[in-house]
Amino acid sequence: MTAALELRRVSKVYGSGPTEVQALCEVDLSVRGGELVAVMGPSGSGKSTLLTIAGSLEEPTSGGVLVGGAALSGMSRNERARMRRRSIGYVFQDFNLLAGLTAVENVALPLELDGLGGRAAHAMGLQALTELGLADRADRYPDELSGGERQRVAIARAMVGDRHLLLADEPSGALDSVNGEAVMRLLRAACHRGVAGVVVTHDAQLAAWADRVVFLRDGRVVDQTALPAGPESLLAPGPTA
Amino acid sequence: MSVRHALLALLAEGPKYGLQLRQEFEARTGEVWPLNVGQVYTTLQRLERDGLVESEDGTWEGPQKGFRITSAGGRELAEWLRSPSEMASPPRDELVIKVLVAVRVPGVDVHEVVQVHRRHVVEMMQQYTRLKAEATEREVGLGLVVDAELFRLEGVVRWLDAADARLKRLPAPSSVAAVAVSPRVPPIPGRKLGARR
Repeated sequence: MTAALELRRVSKVYGSGPTEVQALCEVDLSVRGGELVAVMGPSGSGKSTLLTIAGSLEEPTSGGVLVGGAALSGMSRNERARMRRRSIGYVFQDFNLLAGLTAVENVALPLELDGLGGRAAHAMGLQALTELGLADRADRYPDELSGGERQRVAIARAMVGDRHLLLADEPSGALDSVNGEAVMRLLRAACHRGVAGVVVTHDAQLAAWADRVVFLRDGRVVDQTALPAGPESLLAPGPTA
Repeated sequence: MSVRHALLALLAEGPKYGLQLRQEFEARTGEVWPLNVGQVYTTLQRLERDGLVESEDGTWEGPQKGFRITSAGGRELAEWLRSPSEMASPPRDELVIKVLVAVRVPGVDVHEVVQVHRRHVVEMMQQYTRLKAEATEREVGLGLVVDAELFRLEGVVRWLDAADARLKRLPAPSSVAAVAVSPRVPPIPGRKLGARR
């Protein structure tokens, strides 16, 4: 089965000479459709760089990135831009909604940029918002929404259309634990429908929603969790108090 | 965890028999804290001895013996709910000791040791999160117990992250041992760490 996302020996170096910084060093990562992978590491470990390279927002210094089996390096700029619009959804910590557009206009925007007619894009945007329980907020502007609602709009925008890959950078960093959990439940639900998800975070409670947690340190993958055993293993009688 | 007070709380709802108390206890805590039936009956006997519950023979059909809470039991329960909980750290936290020891043992990469524990804790958190993901909104007991475990384990991961960062600031691996054996490292109560050569 083709991986939805594959990073092969990806390295990224910023600057040169004495100011050179190796942000990523020969990172291998493969994510299947339906799988949610969390990348955990401290600040400066290369998490965000990994995500921007995976989402083709940035090019690696060496190594290759394949999205749905297609190598990004073999694509023209236009082809890459189209793939980003059609196949990849992004969720950022600070939501990145356009202040001058309503919730539904924000969600419909990537579809319109991709050439879909305004009315059809609006209908699909409304559908995406409805699925996330935000139908009654569709005509509100971002500053009229709570933080949790804004992030749900951002998730609707990331999932609208036929996206195969969802990339999230600290998606609940600005939210309280209840809203943070709601965001992770939505990302999990998207993955259950077959989307591949990658979440980068330093927060273990968020990472724990993933099927697999990959640990990044100084730009290298140093470890990952095993496929978790069923919850029943927690229920074995321990020492009694 | 106080089984004694948990049983008093269940009996505050009305008279119940032993097996029923066990089932309800496990259901309310999302079956995360298993309780054996022997524990239930021993605790009930002590509660009866202390006048906090009384048994009611003949109330129930069959061989089961029913129990009801007394007014003294009610007062004890109300007092317990409001009394401060044991929050002091355990006298010797094994994980802290392992990391302290790893700093000193020659040939051991303390960051690797920290990572092994971080992975282990995150795997446990994944299991608890699965329990929570599969629970319904109505399983409040399960949600509360799982959240408590998750926040506790998250605290452990955050400590490991902080330890990792603190150790990373040390100058060079060769000087780590020299720093680690300096008298500034606090003594661990009851445990003698890597005696100086």
